[in-house]
Amino acid sequence: MGTLLEAAGVTKHFPVRLGAMGFSRATVRAVDGISFTIGAGTTLGLVGESGCGKTTTSKMILGLERPTSGAIRFDGQDVLRLDRAGRRHYRRNIQAVFQDPYASLDPRMRVGTIVAEPLVINTDLHERARRDRVAELLDLVGLPERAASLYPHEFSGGQRQRIAIARALALAPKLVVLDEPVSALDVSIRAQILNLLKDLQRRLGVSYLFIAHDLAAVAHMSHTIAVMYLGKIVEWGDAESVALHPKHPYTKALFAAALPIDVDTPRDDVPVTGEIPSPLAPPSGCRFHPRCPLAMPHCATREPAPRAESGRLVACHLY
Amino acid sequence: MSARPVVDVRDLQTHLVTRWGTIKAVDGISFSVAEGETLGLVGESGSGKSMTCLSLVRLAPRPAARTVGGRILLDGEDLLTKSEREMQRIRGKKVAMILQDPMSSLNPVFSVGMQMREPVASYHGLRGRALTERAASLLAAVHISAPLQRLRSFPHQMSGGMRQRVVGAMAIAAPPRLLIADEPTTSLDLTIQWQYLNLLKELQTQHRLAMIFVTHNLGIVAKMCDRVAVMYAGRIVEIGPVRRIFKSPAHPYTRALLASIPRLGARAEQLTAIDGQPPDLATLPPGCAFAPRCAEARERCRIEAPAETRLDETHATRCWLHAPAARSGAPQDAGGAGAAPSEARL
Repeated sequence: MGTLLEAAGVTKHFPVRLGAMGFSRATVRAVDGISFTIGAGTTLGLVGESGCGKTTTSKMILGLERPTSGAIRFDGQDVLRLDRAGRRHYRRNIQAVFQDPYASLDPRMRVGTIVAEPLVINTDLHERARRDRVAELLDLVGLPERAASLYPHEFSGGQRQRIAIARALALAPKLVVLDEPVSALDVSIRAQILNLLKDLQRRLGVSYLFIAHDLAAVAHMSHTIAVMYLGKIVEWGDAESVALHPKHPYTKALFAAALPIDVDTPRDDVPVTGEIPSPLAPPSGCRFHPRCPLAMPHCATREPAPRAESGRLVACHLY
Repeated sequence: MSARPVVDVRDLQTHLVTRWGTIKAVDGISFSVAEGETLGLVGESGSGKSMTCLSLVRLAPRPAARTVGGRILLDGEDLLTKSEREMQRIRGKKVAMILQDPMSSLNPVFSVGMQMREPVASYHGLRGRALTERAASLLAAVHISAPLQRLRSFPHQMSGGMRQRVVGAMAIAAPPRLLIADEPTTSLDLTIQWQYLNLLKELQTQHRLAMIFVTHNLGIVAKMCDRVAVMYAGRIVEIGPVRRIFKSPAHPYTRALLASIPRLGARAEQLTAIDGQPPDLATLPPGCAFAPRCAEARERCRIEAPAETRLDETHATRCWLHAPAARSGAPQDAGGAGAAPSEARL
């Protein structure tokens, strides 16, 4: 299995104005030099709390934000240096499914039109061929063919998410960004959608970038997991070992706070104290040190570099 | 549960009058919560969790919602017979609520101190310095540092976790007898959620609060609750001790729900999904509301709604699979302990 997408030292800084008059300026280091790869046909799970840079990372991959520095390589080509045709080719291969299927589908368009829209924009298929492709896609996500003539409001949340998935797959992309694809859905529906996504990956060989708060769902869906904290990747490696045997103190805290539905193993150690610092003024040295139960004096001054540790990368002075 | 329950709800029914007819949002719910005990209320959207909570404090949205039957006994007094004036003195003082979004409980244009002093003054009759000190001590109780300075802050100057802690401080100001927490941590980050759940437990132990915890997160139930009531389409389909229900769920819905959730370390390719969609309360089937999605549904389930069956003193469910007559197939065994409804043979 080759590498489909590679991010190398990707950084995104946003300039902001502060104060009532906006005279003082500052920089939000939303994403600060992160590197990872996504293998063809595999899923990378991206986890972390609000403000850690997950969404900014996904936007840069989708081409909605331009990195301040660093490189994103897709199929070996630097995405930021593509010409017009190359960019169009790239966009066709990267699609997205968002959290809220009530917001992501136009209420005034029929489902058939919604699913066909990427085909209209990106291909020169004729009406007839488009209709066949739409029927094929609806079948793929488990909706009846007649769904094409209905409007989004006639569907439940889970079915709407299926429509959004069908639209994302219309151009047979190589990578789909799934940004919290099940958190807006009812608990009993989530398993249906997660199963569908896994099944589609097996059948189509598509790669996923899976972003979610529900760590058990991420662990279930992903081959590798990257844990972000304040714009940095603190741990990245095989999904099972990261989830079950986390190394970085933050990963440990995060997975300890994930509340297993398990009544036998009470893990009542308090994971972390304190609040998530503002990305406007991230702590010096290791960004986690003010909340870390194992912090050492030099954690406050020296930033830890990612180091290979039992088959994964960990950015922590302990290793 | 030998002590008298703080709150005892019997056969509560709240209906919503809508264009599509009358919707039974809460359809005959009974439970009780003792001092120091936490009851989890779980279910999907539309299952009636929040409507149950609002009915308890008689704040279900009027004029559409009407509580048409049942009793809500708080320390032995029926809240449904109280006047609106009396209810106003009960809300906050005896029954406090923490809602999902702290900004819907806090006023953005007043400082935290202004907002905290108001309930504290009315519960304790304090004024001036004593009042400010009491408000500050409440903030200290929810682990907000420099509480006297924080009283001068406005909600927008605080993080989500801190705002929710302020709401928690106001909730325990009286302190109340019953605390209703309606998805209090849904808007918080994981590590902050963990801290807040620990805080709620601490406050509960301190004040011996009876607590109703509404959530759809079964992990939170496992951590926080002593007993759990699983709701589906306005009814409690299963109620009992958390350990008991998580280990041997009786109702097919509970079983399916527990099986459908991904678990860390469980190496499953596929999750066991529940077929179908959550029910539409306006067009409920005549029998058991879960029957259309239930893998074990029988003829009878589609015709007749199951009554509550007690499996033991603490564990009960509404499912024909557990009704005495349905077990084993022997119609009436010796002793005839569980009198099965005899008119059921249709």
